[in-house]
Amino acid sequence: MAVTGFMLVCFISVHLLGNLSVFFGVDAINIYAEKLHSLGPVVWIFRMAILLLFAVHITFGIQLTVENSSASPEAYAIKKRLKTTFAAESMIYTGLIILVFLLYHLLHFTVHVVHTDAVSAVQTLVNGRPDVFTMIGKSFNNAFISIVYVIAMCALFLHLSHGLQSFIQTFGLNNGKTQDIVAGIGKLAAIFYGLAYIAIPLAFLFHIVKI
Amino acid sequence: MNLTLHVWRQKGPQDKGKLETYPAKDVSSDMSFLEMLDEVNDKLIKEGKDPIAFDHDCREGICGMCSSVVNGRPHGHQEKTTVCQLHMRQFEDGADIVVEPWLAKAFPIQKDLIVDRSALDVIMQAGGYTSCHTGGVVDANSLLIPKPVADFSMDAAECIGCGACIAACPNSSAMLFTSAKVAQLAVLPQGKAEAKDRVLEMTKAMLDEGFGNCTNHYECQEACPKGISVKFIATLNREYLKSFT
Ligand code: HEM
Ligand code: SF4
Ligand code: FES
Repeated sequence: MAVTGFMLVCFISVHLLGNLSVFFGVDAINIYAEKLHSLGPVVWIFRMAILLLFAVHITFGIQLTVENSSASPEAYAIKKRLKTTFAAESMIYTGLIILVFLLYHLLHFTVHVVHTDAVSAVQTLVNGRPDVFTMIGKSFNNAFISIVYVIAMCALFLHLSHGLQSFIQTFGLNNGKTQDIVAGIGKLAAIFYGLAYIAIPLAFLFHIVKI
Repeated sequence: MNLTLHVWRQKGPQDKGKLETYPAKDVSSDMSFLEMLDEVNDKLIKEGKDPIAFDHDCREGICGMCSSVVNGRPHGHQEKTTVCQLHMRQFEDGADIVVEPWLAKAFPIQKDLIVDRSALDVIMQAGGYTSCHTGGVVDANSLLIPKPVADFSMDAAECIGCGACIAACPNSSAMLFTSAKVAQLAVLPQGKAEAKDRVLEMTKAMLDEGFGNCTNHYECQEACPKGISVKFIATLNREYLKSFT
């Protein structure tokens, strides 16, 4: 869980950096996309590796949840929550929301089979490059698409707000003094990832970035 | 004080069990929780009814035998206190108190509030010891251990094996208990020799006994009457990773 979770965090970090290039004009993200595609087979190796990561993470996540609920079959008449958080208790649900979103996201921006009117923008060339910028912009000008992305990124925020500090503990990198600090930094970092990802659809939706 | 108890009653391991309501009248606020139960039991016995079965031994917070979830918290709401050391002055007059046993697949209920905790013994037998020749008594100070290391080990060794951590854990994981037992030996020279085998054997025993996996909710630390810190879980994880090197 922790190993794959950490690798997925690495992936979403790189992915975020790439995506934030929409804030630097039409060319920035188009150049980024072109570079990525020009890597050819390397991109495919990375895609397969990331899909494999997701598959392992999800399989372990489901197995873990099943094992743990079978270890605690009975519920107390009253149970006080002492230290745990909503985020920690809903890991499997936020995880599954991210999974559904992931499939939708791939159909949308990778396979180009949903919202075809918006994604068709990628067919036109701007400065000799496929216009990824306008594809993204047109999509997020659609309130429905933006809201779906925002909801999914809220789930990602919750997942990370437990997951980030959790993997530090699982790797044994904590001690008595760092415990609370790690939990705090984990939450802050989760807020950062959440806000940074949410900024992209909202920037287009509210025409802060114009296509 | 007058209280209303809602106590888990279950005739035996196979019985279904349910919460039953009993009045506890004229309770002294200086009584411990178990003394209060004793009085309720006296009355039940006089009425020819089956008394409430609960575990206890030392009644001074050191043996780890007492074990009840009181109003949704293992050992009740007072911090770092076993239920035998929980006093009735901690409750308000007229309060409703729900008393349940530890609930976990690995802790089958025997009767009422008594659960079978031998799964913890199995974990101990898997590696919670050091193998050494016992000869004459070793000279004092012949094996020097730095104070911070000794303190760390002693803090872990405070665990009395009550199982409240498991009762509090949403996954019924025994990670806090196991980590305390692994950590208390892992930092000492006597324990280092067998550290690799110990952590592997004890975590394997933990899972084989039907405890869940730790997902870092940290409920255990809050419930523990001895204030065992989840830092020992990080130590266990570290020892586990080290065992592969
Ligand atoms: C961008 C995607 C994702 C990232 C970055 C991510 C990250 C993480 C991290 C860092 C952890 C903590 C690991 C540990 O300490 O053991 C974790 C745990 C977990 N993840 Fe994910 N995850 C992602 C997607 C998913 C998905 C799609 C699922 C689908 C079911 C999922 C299910 C779980 C579960 C069940 C846990 C363990 C729960 C727990 O610790 O209580 N995750 N994840
Ligand atoms: S760690 Fe604390 S709660 Fe768990 S068995 Fe030891 S003393 Fe009891
Ligand atoms: S009876 Fe010994 S700790 Fe409570």
